Amino acid sequence: MTNETLLSARGLSLSFGAIPALVDVDADLWPGEVLAVVGESGSGKSTLLNVLSGRLRQQDGVVWYRDPEGRLHDVHAMPQPALRALHRSDWGFVHQNPRENLRMSVSAGGNVGERLMAQGSRHYGNIREAAIDWLRQVEIDADRVDDLPRTFSGGMLQRLQIARTLVTHPRLVFMDEPTGGLDVSVQARLLDLIRSLVRRLDIAVVLVTHDLSVARLLAHRIMVMQRGRVVESGLTDQVLDDPHHAYTQLLVSSVLQA
Amino acid sequence: MNALSGYNFAYLDEQTKRMIRRAILKAVAIPGHQVPFGSREMPLPYGWGTGGIQVTAAVLGPSDVLKVIDQGADDTTNAVSIRRFFGRTAGVRTTTATAEATLIQTRHRIPETALREDQIIVYQVPQPEPLSKLEPSRAETRRMHGLAEYGLMHVKLYEDITRFGHVSISYDYPVLVNSRYLMAPSPIPAFDNPKMHMMPALQLFGAGREKRIYAVPPYTAVKSLDFDDHPFRTTRAPHACGLCGATDSYLDEVVTDDRGGRLFVCSDTDHCETRRAAGHVGAEAPTADELAAE
Repeated sequence: MTNETLLSARGLSLSFGAIPALVDVDADLWPGEVLAVVGESGSGKSTLLNVLSGRLRQQDGVVWYRDPEGRLHDVHAMPQPALRALHRSDWGFVHQNPRENLRMSVSAGGNVGERLMAQGSRHYGNIREAAIDWLRQVEIDADRVDDLPRTFSGGMLQRLQIARTLVTHPRLVFMDEPTGGLDVSVQARLLDLIRSLVRRLDIAVVLVTHDLSVARLLAHRIMVMQRGRVVESGLTDQVLDDPHHAYTQLLVSSVLQA
Repeated sequence: MNALSGYNFAYLDEQTKRMIRRAILKAVAIPGHQVPFGSREMPLPYGWGTGGIQVTAAVLGPSDVLKVIDQGADDTTNAVSIRRFFGRTAGVRTTTATAEATLIQTRHRIPETALREDQIIVYQVPQPEPLSKLEPSRAETRRMHGLAEYGLMHVKLYEDITRFGHVSISYDYPVLVNSRYLMAPSPIPAFDNPKMHMMPALQLFGAGREKRIYAVPPYTAVKSLDFDDHPFRTTRAPHACGLCGATDSYLDEVVTDDRGGRLFVCSDTDHCETRRAAGHVGAEAPTADELAAE
């Protein structure tokens, strides 16, 4: 792992009226690393994700992103076209609800190919081939390529969303509760898939979850948030096996031991 | 023809024409970009060419010769009434011959006769936004135009090829103007799209209900969207015109009886008549005896 961070945030603060969503949050992400952000509902996890990805503007602080050429960019000072281009190519965003990201009236192949076409791919055969290849990688039958997403199950939709996001080989993917709303066996398969894809493609991930077992399975490092503050952070196993902060101890102890 | 008294030249007042001309100038300066304008109520319903008629009124001069076509024909209700409207309110000379006209207002066709530098063609546009069916938010489509993000349009083409094996858009086929703006060419058949490319005449587009004007200046590149391995192709009915025998013009299918009889004729009536006058005869053209019997 290099010493240069891929994404680094300093002193992020944002409040919605009187409610502090982020209070002086620092975060660093190195290439190929999975960083989990955990905490209860309303602790500012999703807000942090939206600020880090430039979808929401913070009131204070800065987010730096290092592009493949090693240049640093202030994410919130980037011109809109550059940021949108970044979101289409080098970055990806996986939503909790795949319907937010997918086009439900467009076939699975079209959904996967959209980012390629947005980048300027103009060869139907190649786009289709890439789509089929990616469906296979996320364990969807290649003969479903022409089916509409509305005929897919919840787990398949989530995998389709992942294929659609990864088709442009992003270096950084933001995931907001990627396993939320799925039943346990489907969750396990999806986690397995995400883990192998992330390892194989060397993707850095910022993962927001309230599920500590998801964090345990996927993340290298973990940040625990409460009321907009990062109360504890460190290596996943270290934080979860030996929690120091009272809130982290509460979180860890409240997980049912199977 | 003399103009009716009590009306300003070409119906619209001078300030309105000025406003429309300003929108047209801006549209010409940014080929394919939709310019908003203060569309007026016109004495015909929305969808009958209120946009086109306002653009025509704004650029019409006393020495102009006006031709109006509807689906290629000079003799349909819409074409006849708009032609008569300007004949009365502006007193300009009207014609049905493409070559004689200096200003052509059209609904859904480009004449078969190639247009010249001294001509202007005005299109009636129902929906100026090519992305409207794919992205319902007008704020978002404006952003997409601003940033030239047109991947979505190709998703539509991808879906068509996937479902039908070819792009199934037969009219209003989206084009990229001057390698920059995605534009709806109004509901002309895809057959006419190649005529827009590098056309010597000025092309103006007016959408009255949607309150937009856009333009393609003379000699501007207009490219129909396609894929490298599925290039844009025009289609036409595989017949010769029944009246003039043309095999290269766009054809209308006319049902002639209730026993499956049908006739394919040129949709451009002026083109067809010109050819017949020059001695071309189609397989189903009435003979001299038949004409005499009528």
